[in-house]
Amino acid sequence: MNFFSDVILMLDSSIRLAVPILLACLAGLYSERSGIVDIGLEGKMLGAAFAAAAIAAVTGSAWLGLLAAIFVSSGMAMIHAIASINMRGNQIISGVALNFLALGATVFVGHSWFKRGGSTPNLGTDARFSPIELPFAEQLGGIPIVGEIYEQLISGHNLIVYVAFLAVPVTAWVLFRTRFGLRLRAVGENPTALDTAGISVTKLRYQALIIGGILCGLAGAYLSTGQGASFSDNMTAGRGFIALAALIFAKWRPVPALWTCLLFGVLSAAQIRLQGVEFPLIGEVPVQAIQALPYILTVVLLAGFIGRSVAPKAVGQPYIKER
Amino acid sequence: MSTHKPLPRWVDIALMPALNVALAFVVGGLAVAAVGEDPFRAMQVLIFGAFGYGEGWGFTLHFATSFVFTGLAVAVAYHAGLFNIGGEGQAYVAGLGAIMVALWLDQTHWVFVLVGSTFAAMTFGAIWAMIPGYLQAKRGSHIVITTIMFNFIASAFMSYMLAQVITRPGANAETETIAETGRLPLMSDFLPVFTFSPLNITFFIGILSLIFVYVLIWHTKLGYQIRTLGANPEAARYAGISAVAIIIIVMAISGALAGLMAVNEAVGVQKRLGVGYVQGFGFVGIAVAFMGRAHPIGIALAALLFGALYQGGQELAFVMPSVSSDLVVVIQALVILFTGAMSEMFKPVLLRLFNRASGEPETVGD
Repeated sequence: MNFFSDVILMLDSSIRLAVPILLACLAGLYSERSGIVDIGLEGKMLGAAFAAAAIAAVTGSAWLGLLAAIFVSSGMAMIHAIASINMRGNQIISGVALNFLALGATVFVGHSWFKRGGSTPNLGTDARFSPIELPFAEQLGGIPIVGEIYEQLISGHNLIVYVAFLAVPVTAWVLFRTRFGLRLRAVGENPTALDTAGISVTKLRYQALIIGGILCGLAGAYLSTGQGASFSDNMTAGRGFIALAALIFAKWRPVPALWTCLLFGVLSAAQIRLQGVEFPLIGEVPVQAIQALPYILTVVLLAGFIGRSVAPKAVGQPYIKER
Repeated sequence: MSTHKPLPRWVDIALMPALNVALAFVVGGLAVAAVGEDPFRAMQVLIFGAFGYGEGWGFTLHFATSFVFTGLAVAVAYHAGLFNIGGEGQAYVAGLGAIMVALWLDQTHWVFVLVGSTFAAMTFGAIWAMIPGYLQAKRGSHIVITTIMFNFIASAFMSYMLAQVITRPGANAETETIAETGRLPLMSDFLPVFTFSPLNITFFIGILSLIFVYVLIWHTKLGYQIRTLGANPEAARYAGISAVAIIIIVMAISGALAGLMAVNEAVGVQKRLGVGYVQGFGFVGIAVAFMGRAHPIGIALAALLFGALYQGGQELAFVMPSVSSDLVVVIQALVILFTGAMSEMFKPVLLRLFNRASGEPETVGD
């Protein structure tokens, strides 16, 4: 049974590691499906993580922290919207700028508020999102396998984890079963057609970016007030870019996004577990090789060596209304 | 808008970027004011830190040299319509080549170290950039995404190399140090005014690179092909220019330029290679290239400005403890945002202003 509980433990940490990537990946999905490239996922997540930890530290409320996170992240999404929708600027450059803005501003503000070199104070239990025990978890835990999975793997995560997993079917439903979703998919492929049909391209893209802002806000709050208990300099550490990779891997679809993010979660959990483990035949696998794997896989996929991943057609191009 | 006269050239290439940069500094100043310090005094401290004395100048020019390399790397690719975000990874991997050759030749003479490590840095940087170039040209994978991924792959690869392969025993993931005989001369050896600054002979390679890029882009056949491809890929195809070849060559040149940073920083100053030695300078190149409008003169000025910011920023953090040196990163972000993504922000206002000034009657509607 030792092996079984080992697997459970590893899957459990995989889920924890996958959540921020999943939320950011879905954020990117809305944005890119609407035709706006979102390199700034990393920055929005970082800004949100800081806002959540800082406000939770000051007010003692995780909820106010979450609200601040969503506010900051959506605000950054609006800068991106103004630059790329209204000013028809280069969306990639705008995203790059947002990433640096978050990187610099979080430490700058944190340094001045908390005098801890950019970090925020450690949060107490009330100021964090604590684990939720699902009903009957304890009673069912005695049942072998099914009960253990329920108790240890499914139960006992914080609220944002459940929201993240719920966001997947919701996104799938919105995207493929609602009028908004149809328009969103259309505006990313052929904005002119939508404009001709009398639907505002600008408004749709703004809506998509707001949704993305909210999701990145959740991801950031999860990092600093759910999984962790404070903010530290550059704490997203490239997760926004892994999310971008996952989005490409999932070919801009929500359910494959879930599997990809879980896979990347397993990879980063394995990174920690496999340190110093000898394998038969190949010997010890360097941690760095597993670290680089999501990125290498994405490059290989993008190059079309294993299937093809094609972005929404209008992505990256500003829409110029005909007069 | 059709009835408006176009803006004069100097407004387009000088005034608008200057206004955008000024705006970035105004916002930075507001941030300083928001943490309760006097922005004008902060500006004074910053300028004095960067230009007030010889050592400050030395640091400023040293940082500027690195930014010239990474800025030119972004600019050259941009002329071909490619956005190379991978300067960070290219400079990192180039460090490996540079330091290996430097450590190999360090018992001879610094001239050999300089030539050898320059060549190796350029080769390694070029190869690391050519792979995304090849994938873009041949397989159609988007260069932005691939270069981002390659930054992360480089970071994992390099920490493996530094921890396991070319590591100094007993050290925490760094190489051996270059022997005394092979160290590049510092400027302060000839000009005592630069005292303890790290400004070294690589500065001249920076100036040569600026001239090289100017000649390449505007006075060679290859440069013409690069610009044609960047301006209109369709037209380039009809003119018989091979996009595949140009993309790969341009990325190689771009990577080689980014790689030169390794000579300046790793070989010239740190004299060894440690984890994460690039410190985001590859990304500063993005800001430098946009602010400098991808032109060598502009890039030289922008690199000088950012060199001053990085040097003065450290001085500022020292004098005003509540202002962290990350203010520089904020200003860098704003410069990228305003000069890169919102570059035409002031255009409507300027158009109206100049049309009125030239006495044209206001035209109705556009």
